[in-house]
Amino acid sequence: MSMLLLIEQVLNGLQFGVMLFLMAAGLTLIFGVMGLINLAHGSLYMVGAFAAAAVAGATGSFVLALIASLIAAAAAGALVELVVIRRLYDRDHLDQVLATFALILIFSEGTRWLFGSFPLFLDIPAALSGPVTLPGGIQYPAYRLLIIAVGLLIAFGLFQLIARTRIGIQIRAGESDREMIAALGVDISRLYTIVFALGAALAGLAGALVGAIQSVQVGMGEPVLILAFVVIVIGGIGSIRGALVGALLVGLTDTLGGVLLPGLFATFMEPSAATAVGSSLASMSIYILMAGVLLFRPTGLYGTT
Amino acid sequence: MTREALINLFLFLLLPVTAGAAWLLEEPFIITLTTKVAILALAGVGLNIALGLGGLVSLGHAAFFGIGGYAMGILAAHAQSFDPLMEVTFLIEGTKSMPVIWLVAVIAGALAALAIGALSLRTSGVYFIMITLAFGQMLYYFAISWPAYGGEDGLSIYVRNGFPGLNTLDPIQFFSLAFGVLALVLWFAGRLAAAPFGLALSAARQNAERVETVGMSPYRLRLLAFVISGAITALAGALFADLNRFVSPTMLSWQMSGEIMIFVILGGVGRLYGPVAGAALFILLEHILGGLSDFWHVYLGILLLLVVLFARGGMIGSLAGRAVAHD
Amino acid sequence: MTDALLQIKGLNKAFGALVATDDVSLTLEPGEIHALIGPNGAGKSTLIKQIAGGLKPDAGEIRFNGQDITALSTVARARAGLGRTFQISSLAMEYTVLQNAVLGALGHRGTVWRFFAPVMKNADLRAAALTALERVGLADQAGKRTADLSHGQRRLLEVAVALTLHPKVFLMDEPMAGLGASGSKRLTGFLDGLRREAPILLVEHDMDAVFALADRISVLVYGKIIATGTAQEIRAHPEVREAYLGDEVPA
Repeated sequence: MSMLLLIEQVLNGLQFGVMLFLMAAGLTLIFGVMGLINLAHGSLYMVGAFAAAAVAGATGSFVLALIASLIAAAAAGALVELVVIRRLYDRDHLDQVLATFALILIFSEGTRWLFGSFPLFLDIPAALSGPVTLPGGIQYPAYRLLIIAVGLLIAFGLFQLIARTRIGIQIRAGESDREMIAALGVDISRLYTIVFALGAALAGLAGALVGAIQSVQVGMGEPVLILAFVVIVIGGIGSIRGALVGALLVGLTDTLGGVLLPGLFATFMEPSAATAVGSSLASMSIYILMAGVLLFRPTGLYGTT
Repeated sequence: MTREALINLFLFLLLPVTAGAAWLLEEPFIITLTTKVAILALAGVGLNIALGLGGLVSLGHAAFFGIGGYAMGILAAHAQSFDPLMEVTFLIEGTKSMPVIWLVAVIAGALAALAIGALSLRTSGVYFIMITLAFGQMLYYFAISWPAYGGEDGLSIYVRNGFPGLNTLDPIQFFSLAFGVLALVLWFAGRLAAAPFGLALSAARQNAERVETVGMSPYRLRLLAFVISGAITALAGALFADLNRFVSPTMLSWQMSGEIMIFVILGGVGRLYGPVAGAALFILLEHILGGLSDFWHVYLGILLLLVVLFARGGMIGSLAGRAVAHD
Repeated sequence: MTDALLQIKGLNKAFGALVATDDVSLTLEPGEIHALIGPNGAGKSTLIKQIAGGLKPDAGEIRFNGQDITALSTVARARAGLGRTFQISSLAMEYTVLQNAVLGALGHRGTVWRFFAPVMKNADLRAAALTALERVGLADQAGKRTADLSHGQRRLLEVAVALTLHPKVFLMDEPMAGLGASGSKRLTGFLDGLRREAPILLVEHDMDAVFALADRISVLVYGKIIATGTAQEIRAHPEVREAYLGDEVPA
């Protein structure tokens, strides 16, 4: 395999990882602060993508579409938190799983009812649709580079938010000790709504950004949700840093596994069998990675106890 | 007789009575639906051993359901094409015989549950939920990307597999077979819950520290429960695939895991007959609501939400009250 | 003296900067009650956890019945014959009192891997469980849900479950808590006789019970044992009076 192709695939892996981070960051924050496992996080991703596609269709503006995805997902998140999720904080994980599974059913079918079963398309803005030439002569799509940049920027912003701001202090306090934030005079239910809406907005943005590369359709959120679970299991639940490391690991493993494994098997197997075995193993590679991490660190790379 | 025992008797008789009435009225579709209820209930009974007795919130039981399905599909596909599975050291041929298929499904399900459980049970709580879900997805993607057995399109068989002495193509006979298996497994699950193993397993759910202190390992108890649970769910998968004469990665999908869990919860978690009630209700809703609206999953979602938020014992819990200790 | 059944040597455990167990050594001889006292936060429960197996010490050795058990799991220690009761009742709350006791008897028999015979109809297990319940005075509560017991009754059930294990050594963490005056007195009398079956390492706040029962008392302060001796020696020990007993010395 040529070096150029490899670098391109590494960039693809980064892009994928960065998107996973946007999903995983919200999930891990929500778990860390509220102790809630939220299966409906993928639905918020879908809401963001649909909002973006609808607004882009009406206005033709990609920027407005992105803003719409943030607002729609945050609003949907806040609404769901107020109506359903806050009844679940004191419940066991089984109840949380079931109730948020029920939310997926409602969101998915509701969206199908509103938008129909056919996929929508969200176009990449013309200015970003071509490739750019990177140092070393690599041609790479400008839009994907933008995704990487946006994702890293948001990761940086999130770290700053948690390290520096008032709400960040409250979030960290909430992770370590719920009674402490009450003692600090923080309005807990407001904090929870904000954290949930923030996580939702990140998921919605990810949905919109990815929606422009893939199609926007019902059910698009769940595969990403499950990968985001793998990410936070690897990184350690509750850890933003773990989510970033885990997301990049998963993104790179998935992308490079799909490219490299069939080639690797082709060195000692006949080509058609090598493709079959290689691609099957590649599809399992991130789960094998997860199992490997768990064998040595049952609470993930950055998890505590 | 306690109220729950009465409800259980009613649920037990519900299926054969429905199927029998449909047979008299010559409504084979209703018989098939009732068969589906029996098989899905069987999957739920399997999950309930892990979930209800053991407190193990597995969101990956579709893995075992699908493994059972593929055990059927692969064996039958080889049999119908007269192409042996393996002829390297031994000659292993496909088969169209249900008892053999079931045995293979149960063993494969148990082995998969042993591997997945051994790893997943090192963790607990949310990690366990996510990891079982992830392992389920692993098999799902494997089934999609492995071309030999149909990949994404799945695998069809032409004729339903056979059972000695029965004509499985006749809906009422196939129903009887599926119901017989369900009855047998319900009996087994009931015995299991009341046996020393069940007492200890359920104690480990309530208080793992207590179980350790009396010298029993919660990990081993849970692992065995997970294996038994996976094996039963795989058996249900083999029957389900035979009912449809078709198996595809959908049986391994995480929505399937969610649905099996819904049967258990709608009926009442930890209740022996909970999955029977839940599966019957689910299929009933699918056909009533599904007839009214294409978007019946919205109503299912709302119902599930209401049950979780306000009726935590499920149907049996609401009707029979708090579970009584089996003393 | 005969050989100690339980022997703890140089045990250390720190949580960050906080030293919870500071070079603790103690022994438990056959037939004795060895009480462990100390102010709240002295590290008594941390020490019990390390002995019973829930917490791994940073350094030191725990020998039980001639065998080094420092690396063994809680389960293995229980099977080896350590019978523990918890400071905060740790029971299967959905079960009846009898079921909890049967669970203990089942653990002792080691016959858990049975899948068909109803466990609550097993006459042998029932008898063992009921005997233990009778001994602590809970037999008349056998059919009650554990969650419906009073705190004091739960402590007694803890003791009863430990009895079903027929352990070689009892580790009891505040069995008197919540019992009330008459209940404490009754349990004190019972433990007094129990030491002939197996020695007891007793953590207890009820000083009347401690001074009535203990053959030896060790005083733990800030993770360190500052004195070990008979009740009289401890009463007279100046450091103990200063550090711990103060006004609490019973007349």
